[in-house]
Amino acid sequence: MKFGQPSTLPRWAQLSVLPVLNLLAALLVTGFVTWLIGEDPWECLQLLVSGAFGSGEGIGYTLFYTTGFIFTGLAVATAFHAGLFNIGGEGQAYLAGLGVTLVVLAFDHTLPPLVLVPLCILAAMGFGAAWAFIPGWLQAKRGSHIVVTTIMFNFIAYSLMLYLIGHHLIEAGSQNPTTREFGHNAWIPALHQLAAGVGIELPNTPLNLTFIMALLACVLFYLLVWHSRWGFQLRTVGVNESAARYAGINVSKTIMLAMCISGALSGFAAINELLGSTHRMNVSFTNGVGFVGIAVALMGRNHPVGIILSALLFGGLTQGGLELSFEKPVITREMIIFIQGLIILFCGALENLFEPFIAGLFKRKEDK
Amino acid sequence: MTDFAIELAGISKRFGAVQANRDVSMHIAKGSIHGIIGENGAGKSTLMSILYGYYQADSGSIRVNGREVRIRNSQEAIRLGIGMVHQHFMLVDTFTVLENIVLGAEGGLLLKQGMEQARAHLLQLNRDYSLEVDPDALVGELGVGLQQRVEILKALYRGADVLILDEPTAVLTPQEADHLFCILRALREQGKTVILITHKLREVMDITDAVSVMRAGTVVGNVRTADVDKEKLADLMVGRKVSLKVDKAERTPGAAVLEVRGLSLTDARGVKLLDGLDFQVRAGEIVGIAGVSGNGQSELLEVLAGMVEPTSGEIRYHGKDLLQEKSSQPRAALYRQKGIAHVPEDRSREGLVKSFPMFENAILGYHNDKTISRRGLFSRQALLARTRDFIRQFDIRPDNAQLRVGLLSGGNQQKVVLAREIHANPDLLLIGQPTRGVDIGAIEFIHRRLVELRDAGKAILLVSVELEEILALSDRILVMAGGQISGEVAAREADTVSLGLLMGGHKQ
Ligand SMILES: Nc1ncnc2c1ncn2[C@@H]1O[C@H](COP(=O)(O)OP(=O)(O)OP(=O)(O)O)[C@@H](O)[C@H]1O
Ligand SMILES: [Mg+2]
Repeated sequence: MKFGQPSTLPRWAQLSVLPVLNLLAALLVTGFVTWLIGEDPWECLQLLVSGAFGSGEGIGYTLFYTTGFIFTGLAVATAFHAGLFNIGGEGQAYLAGLGVTLVVLAFDHTLPPLVLVPLCILAAMGFGAAWAFIPGWLQAKRGSHIVVTTIMFNFIAYSLMLYLIGHHLIEAGSQNPTTREFGHNAWIPALHQLAAGVGIELPNTPLNLTFIMALLACVLFYLLVWHSRWGFQLRTVGVNESAARYAGINVSKTIMLAMCISGALSGFAAINELLGSTHRMNVSFTNGVGFVGIAVALMGRNHPVGIILSALLFGGLTQGGLELSFEKPVITREMIIFIQGLIILFCGALENLFEPFIAGLFKRKEDK
Repeated sequence: MTDFAIELAGISKRFGAVQANRDVSMHIAKGSIHGIIGENGAGKSTLMSILYGYYQADSGSIRVNGREVRIRNSQEAIRLGIGMVHQHFMLVDTFTVLENIVLGAEGGLLLKQGMEQARAHLLQLNRDYSLEVDPDALVGELGVGLQQRVEILKALYRGADVLILDEPTAVLTPQEADHLFCILRALREQGKTVILITHKLREVMDITDAVSVMRAGTVVGNVRTADVDKEKLADLMVGRKVSLKVDKAERTPGAAVLEVRGLSLTDARGVKLLDGLDFQVRAGEIVGIAGVSGNGQSELLEVLAGMVEPTSGEIRYHGKDLLQEKSSQPRAALYRQKGIAHVPEDRSREGLVKSFPMFENAILGYHNDKTISRRGLFSRQALLARTRDFIRQFDIRPDNAQLRVGLLSGGNQQKVVLAREIHANPDLLLIGQPTRGVDIGAIEFIHRRLVELRDAGKAILLVSVELEEILALSDRILVMAGGQISGEVAAREADTVSLGLLMGGHKQ
């Protein structure tokens, strides 16, 4: 296919056949590398898949990781619909974690859970939004490119947190750069606990209520972007700024708001991790969730259904990869990141690699 | 037997439910200028895209210089000596003319050597066809007319023997169009073949040797230009008699709807784009603004639509100065709310979002309308109903409200914008180049709608580079030159000669 020529593939094939082929290609290359380092690719794949989806426990962990990825994926997608490439999900989640921690450390022995948790969520959204607002403002009013500023803001966030945790928030007497454990009032219930309440037994995993919030966020996202007035303005600004001005849309306001929503969504990744799982904050709690969100949005084509599916893929990869590296010491965490990279390469950058070939097949079928 | 440069036989092309070309056959003689005319959506651009390798025909065959060929992409078309001047220029603004022309055909590893050869070749072409393009000018600083000539140069540089031009004059002033035709004649003299798509019958009569008329995807006539006249062509094209004159009764205008006083706009470099304008548009009158484009007309429309803030002056609307109004929303939104509608000159950049479906474009600018939202969400039903209404009233084809607007033919895109702005039932309609790229049947219809609006007591400010359009529609004509109003004439007394003088800047 020549650049700029419209695809001749039907839409459903573009959305299903191509991603699957791209994924297979990524796996094929991974298999080859696995073979090169002396492991049996087929066995590794089996371990990976069964680690992620083979047991109730595996599934629970997979969905736990998926939760964070859905939120950061939605965050990237929101900005993307306004024509902005928000690379700063990581830093925004980070700062959101700070907001959560401050609220928790101040109130976890005084406020009841039903007040404290929503307050934490608001703090996460607020801090995430504020950290995204500054690059948004700089872009809208000063023309500083958002890709550059959000990257820088990731570093600033990291340094800031390192300092705060090292000097102020660290648990008294601790050697590790973490805060004290949060009081139980600030714990978001895990799904297995809730299920136990109604007599269903689920394996013990950190999968928590935030997952339900993620699914709700997807529905909201869909309605907001494609069916609301605001989403209409957002998308107009994203694809044609002149038309937006013509239509009387406040472009800089839309840009800033889009970034705030994006940052607030990233904030939920911190909620999932801090209140749902670790119950304390450490320096590396975000662990790349914001960066994976970029890949998730890219692969999911900025649509909630796509985002759920690709978040599930990356969630499975994270969980299965961990299992795999337990079984096979040669396969390290870096190897898993390598696989993620390959998937991003094939599904993002080389998205249309197989297009001409598949289009040819379709054409022949039609001709008959 | 004549030699044919291009022979198309039985070409068909379908896009989903739309049969864009159906069994099209056409013979284009070598060394001739061949016109293709037809209604909006008749399939002219599609046919040329097939010839240029941009689309593949579903069936049919193409012969170039008598040899049957398959053209799979535009590189192959170029190799066969076919060049195309796109309606939207494919040029790099920050490159010079020379760099743009060499781009993609640098020839050799070392740029410098290729450049020197290219320059020589370019100057030769420049001379042969009197293109008058400076090879070292930055493309971004050239006007549309010159950019178009750069496109022509580019095609010739790549060895084009057959040059396709898709509505080249839609964006040109009459003077620029005349120059273009000189170039095309020069090309013909040198034995090149030109295929010209246009909606302007005058141009067809002036310059072509033969014409193919298309309707609904098929060719309904191949004629020699010498054997027909405008009326016959119009008849062939639309299948009925078209009146090229606008019927319009005398009418006494009412109170001033718009009154502009001392309106000025100075750009960042201190150039006066608008220079102390004073005029009125009253209820029930059409005021036409004539002028060579680039004399402030575009800026005037943008200022009046609230997209650009003037430097000084007053814009009185129903007696109140709009510039004094305070509002939290952008001016464009405020003005629209007050009943000022705007058909922008540049529909594809401003008036439409090409990747959106028709039903979303139908509400662009009116998305805050209460009637189309329920509980904060758009009512898809209401949007679709409104769009179907537009489609029916303006005969937009294909009649699919879900279709992306970018996939509509040029003229049909224009109809979407017009339908939207007229539907708003504005008190004041600002309208720039209303019939750019629109077929004559539709022009007749659009002109009728504008006169209807005027008869309903609305005020209309019309900007057009088509003098004939200005003369046909306006009750009063203002002429703009150098950001000022150089004169005013009642439409009854105006003619092209007196207007031409005023447009040249001669004050009354
Ligand atoms: N890529 C596409 N997908 C779907 N429909 C298309 C596509 N390209 C063109 N069409 C449809 O094919 C028909 C012919 O379009 P085309 O652009 O060839 O018309 P045209 O004769 O050039 O019209 P105009 O005078 O308005 O430019 C139109 O109905 C148009 O909507
Ligand atoms: Mg066309």
